[in-house]
Amino acid sequence: MKILVPTKRVPDPATNIQVLPDGLGIATENVKWVINPFDEIAIEEALRIKERLGTGEVVLAAVGQKSWQEQLRTGLAMGADRAILVLNEKALDSIAVASLLAKIVADEKPELIIMGKQAIDDDSNQIGQMLAEMLGWPQATFASKVEIKERRCTVVREVDGGLETLAFALPAVITTDLRLNEPRYASLPGIMKARKKELKEVPAESLGVELTPRLKVRALRPPSKRQAGRKVSSVAELVNLLHSEAKLI
Amino acid sequence: MSDVLVFAEHKNGHLPKTTLVALGAGLELAAKQAGKCVVVAAGEGTEELAAHLAGYGVAEVIALEHPALKNYVADAHAQALAALAKELGVQAVLASATAVGKDLMPRLAARLGAPMASEVIAFGEDGTLVRPMYAGNVLATVELSGPLRVITVRATAFEVAARGQSAAPVRKVAAAIDPSALKTELVSFEETKSERPQLSEARIVVSGGRGLKAGENFKTVLEPLADALGAAMGASRAAVDAGFVPNDLQVGQTGKVVAPQLYLAVGISGAIQHLAGMKDSKVIVAVNKDEEAPIFNVADYGLVADLFKAVPEMVEEIKKLKHS
Ligand SMILES: Cc1cc2nc3c(=O)[nH]c(=O)nc-3n(C[C@H](O)[C@H](O)[C@H](O)COP(=O)(O)OP(=O)(O)OC[C@H]3O[C@@H](n4cnc5c(N)ncnc54)[C@H](O)[C@@H]3O)c2cc1C
Ligand SMILES: Nc1ncnc2c1ncn2[C@@H]1O[C@H](COP(=O)(O)O)[C@@H](O)[C@H]1O
Repeated sequence: MKILVPTKRVPDPATNIQVLPDGLGIATENVKWVINPFDEIAIEEALRIKERLGTGEVVLAAVGQKSWQEQLRTGLAMGADRAILVLNEKALDSIAVASLLAKIVADEKPELIIMGKQAIDDDSNQIGQMLAEMLGWPQATFASKVEIKERRCTVVREVDGGLETLAFALPAVITTDLRLNEPRYASLPGIMKARKKELKEVPAESLGVELTPRLKVRALRPPSKRQAGRKVSSVAELVNLLHSEAKLI
Repeated sequence: MSDVLVFAEHKNGHLPKTTLVALGAGLELAAKQAGKCVVVAAGEGTEELAAHLAGYGVAEVIALEHPALKNYVADAHAQALAALAKELGVQAVLASATAVGKDLMPRLAARLGAPMASEVIAFGEDGTLVRPMYAGNVLATVELSGPLRVITVRATAFEVAARGQSAAPVRKVAAAIDPSALKTELVSFEETKSERPQLSEARIVVSGGRGLKAGENFKTVLEPLADALGAAMGASRAAVDAGFVPNDLQVGQTGKVVAPQLYLAVGISGAIQHLAGMKDSKVIVAVNKDEEAPIFNVADYGLVADLFKAVPEMVEEIKKLKHS
């Protein structure tokens, strides 16, 4: 089975994000760039499906700059077979990224797309659902368990109030939640092999997609800081303050 | 003029608070744009719910009916809502950023070819929207251009709609759905049963982290505190990952965002991703044995203590207070 994994490059989740004084971007000098954690989980799941079936191909796809090669190589080192980088320098909105990915899908014809539920930089949680609609495929977002038997797929989803199970025939789009799996690390032989794997670059303009963003970011600012309060010395004092000062109990 | 369509998520005819917040936000947005606010309840046999929704000061209620809408599934709902939005000619479709809202609205946006902003926390006077990014470390002012916009709102950021005097007209609409495009089967729903208040609706939330050490301790140590306070239970990702509590208790960047009157973080270190889900709570209390834990940087009241000793004491003190 061919599985496509859209992969984004984002700041490491431990980064202390600072807005630039002009309010038009974030400071990037000290940022360590990584694969979006949810996408790492998606790569892991795709690899496990391939391993279970004993056959198949895992293809990474990213829409970004030249520098994203680094994260794609990391994904290849984890075990993905090849990668496609749609080169684009300007800001894009989710619809544009989903449309570009849909073009890659038309070309590659994967039977399954697994991707992150959300990119931890924009926190949008949109592209998987958009891509599923553009392709007319079923979607299962926030997956915590995926089972595939003879082109039929069952997914357990983390939703409000519990766990939901969906079933559908492939092709489909699945987006990952944190508890789907524990991604593996790239091994040293994996890293060596990754150097020779195919990483194809495609200019975004060549794909015939309208790229002008219709979501425009006008300005960024840090949120107002919450003031730390005080330390209390005993449980009795705490309960007393919650009662008499905060008037909450 | 610019009209807003609000998607009223419901569960077996019951409206969660998150839906009333979406209504409140929809009314606010419509008022800002000098348009009207229409609300849609999708399902089967939604007349009663629609009649109830008519009392919230909206211009019209649509009972969007189809057997395929009986339970929530993304493909059927996206189809039906897209057709309705086009028929009504609205300029915005809005829902709360719940699990359903997050699943449905991007699919709807793609179907409508409309741009979308997620988890909006404020509407500017100039048509701009404010939304958090980077786990809440950045607030972005964004603009959506085009004839139609799709928006989810963060439920902690808007007021619930108030019930008014008059009732809006209710219109029953048979949903336009192409059954051949429905490809998803809802197999089952395993509900997390709880007698406690809902996490997203509670006045007080008691959350536990890895410091609780075992699922058993949530029951024996933390639940008595939640019960004494009439609070909802929450948890950090570490606690959920370790299997101490069910997934839908996770508070944070990738879990639920809550802003209760009182949030008690017990045995939680206060990672950025956790803070993203609770730092707008009115009063924050932290109990942690590590005085350097970052949670103390946002706590109004911090207690440096071993939770296994402090929490049972708290329960006793609260009981004393209630009996005095
Ligand atoms: C992409 C991504 C998304 C994430 N999303 C979320 C999210 O939505 N929500 C979330 O919560 N996290 C999220 N995280 C994880 C987050 O980064 C932290 O790892 C997590 O919040 C830590 O949970 P914790 O505070 O319970 O555990 P720890 O960080 O291990 O902290 C445990 C705390 O308990 C204290 N403690 C231990 N024993 C005792 C005792 N006996 N008495 C008192 N205190 C004690 C310790 O001092 C420590 O401060 C995410 C991470 C990533 C990478
Ligand atoms: N530029 C991109 N290139 C490839 N995949 C992306 C890109 N942006 C987002 N994605 C994928 O879409 C998912 C959801 O992102 P978002 O909707 O932006 O929160 C991510 O987890 C990725 O799998």
